[in-house]
Amino acid sequence: MGMTMIEKIIAAHTEYDELKPGQIVNADVDMVLGNDITTPVAIEEFKKIGVDTVFDKERVVIVPDHFSPSKDIKAAEQIKLIREFSHKHDLKYFFEIGQMGIEHVLLPEKGLALPGEIIIGADSHTCTYGALGALGTGVGSTDMAAAMATGKAWFKVPPTIKFVYTGELQPWVSGKDLILYTIGKIGVDGALYKAMEFTGEAISNLSLAGRMTMANMAIEAGGKAGLIAADEKTEAYLKDRAVRDYTIYHSDEDAEYEEVIEIDVSEIEPQIAFPSLPENTKGLSEVGEVKIDQAVIGSCTNGRLEDLREAAKVFEFNKVHPNVRCLVFPGTQEIYKQAMKEGIVEIFINAGVAVSTPTCGPCLGGHMGILADGEKAISTTNRNFVGRMGSTGSEVYLSSPAVAAATAVKGYIAGPEEVM
Amino acid sequence: MKLKGKVFKYGDNVDTDVIIPARYLNSSDPENLAAHCMEDIDEDFADQVEEGDIIVGGKNFGSGSSREHAPLAIKYAGVSCVVAESFARIFYRNSINIGLPILECPEAVKNTEAGDKLEVDIDKGVVKNLRTGESFEAEPFPPFMQEIIKDGGLIAHIKKVEI
Ligand code: SF4
Repeated sequence: MGMTMIEKIIAAHTEYDELKPGQIVNADVDMVLGNDITTPVAIEEFKKIGVDTVFDKERVVIVPDHFSPSKDIKAAEQIKLIREFSHKHDLKYFFEIGQMGIEHVLLPEKGLALPGEIIIGADSHTCTYGALGALGTGVGSTDMAAAMATGKAWFKVPPTIKFVYTGELQPWVSGKDLILYTIGKIGVDGALYKAMEFTGEAISNLSLAGRMTMANMAIEAGGKAGLIAADEKTEAYLKDRAVRDYTIYHSDEDAEYEEVIEIDVSEIEPQIAFPSLPENTKGLSEVGEVKIDQAVIGSCTNGRLEDLREAAKVFEFNKVHPNVRCLVFPGTQEIYKQAMKEGIVEIFINAGVAVSTPTCGPCLGGHMGILADGEKAISTTNRNFVGRMGSTGSEVYLSSPAVAAATAVKGYIAGPEEVM
Repeated sequence: MKLKGKVFKYGDNVDTDVIIPARYLNSSDPENLAAHCMEDIDEDFADQVEEGDIIVGGKNFGSGSSREHAPLAIKYAGVSCVVAESFARIFYRNSINIGLPILECPEAVKNTEAGDKLEVDIDKGVVKNLRTGESFEAEPFPPFMQEIIKDGGLIAHIKKVEI
């Protein structure tokens, strides 16, 4: 019997040649990641283990992105703690404010997440790296601490659901719409404990950015990972970035899947996830009139250059509606710089958009755009839980950057075709 | 190990943002986490919960963020155990790693009401409703996880086996 790519990746990091779903193994990890919320807890646990230093100074990466630049004194203390830890252990990859980005945009950009690798992160959206053919998966702070000390983590080999996306995308339909549609179809626990493997011509045709958006939201279906086999596009993306050699794995023809789900993408229109679960999706034509107060474009889901370009297409000839605040958060400094070079930042500012330094900020209701009671936001982020972006009486609607931009222009949820 | 406590019952998809909202994550102080536990879904929880009480949830309990602050907040609030129809995987992992007993037992969840008293035998995976007298069996943990739990969490476990 053949193996799926996730089975192969896990096996390659253990003493086993073959693995089956359900097996529990201790595997080597290639990279361990933490942020300013999860790392302080991990440092406490790390101290209890009693080792002198981390297993490998080049394989621990720490990114202060959630409450940074420090939103208050407590956040400043937490970031100080992780900064001091990083310096003390001489970590090669601590990204200071000014070089920092949102972790899951930053790691691929820096070539720190590579095909065939296992990357665990004390952040649930570590599954983003599945877009590069890696096993990226979210863990907790204790796992992070243990892996920093030993270079290992325990895994239960998950069964895989294969998704086959056929057909061609309609205009203005993106990776975000595909993944929202998919979550709408299978539900927020549709892939609980499982790996999702995204395949098919529509995935081959997607940019790396679109693929990362999809893999990013595997966790919103409960998934352990969302994988896409690396191809020429992946290799081209990694050419001048990869910090290590890597191995590409493909699922065998006769691999065993728990389920195979086929989706004809030509039928899919832009998707909106209604409050308060990512599975509450509707096609744009079914939305009706939903007035919004704030539009947020950015995050580890949609803060890449391609996302900003899509939004800029809308803002080039339109202004933000007077009743709306529109905030753009580029994923990294590099993306910010590139957006300046391409004139995108100027387009945003001319349209009345506030552009921020990279940070998670409003995505988790941290800072820089919190919602008041009764307010509604459209957001390109990944979660619309109760209170996620502020007051428990506020509401979040999830969409692609193009729809969020068009909505910011209209003042109610709208597609780009309405303003172009 | 047998645990006994009164039940706080919630529905499906209780996510980590309601277990401990991000606005409190600029600190990982246990008391602080416990004081705001479940605040966005049940304002009275932190005041009413007593040592040993049990949370009963529906499907996909603990979905969302990887924040270990969520099981920690529950543990520090005094909760002895969480019984749910199913758990989101990172929450499940974190609970085992920090030594918060959890059990997946859909039948027990369906036959339990808020305010009931439950007795949970963690080793055997048996949940007994003391109001109705009914007992329900949960899937026991795989041996590897039992070992982590027995050792008192992942850190104690790796200290024993790895270093
Ligand atoms: S952008 Fe949002 S989802 Fe992504 S890592 Fe930051 S807080 Fe988490």
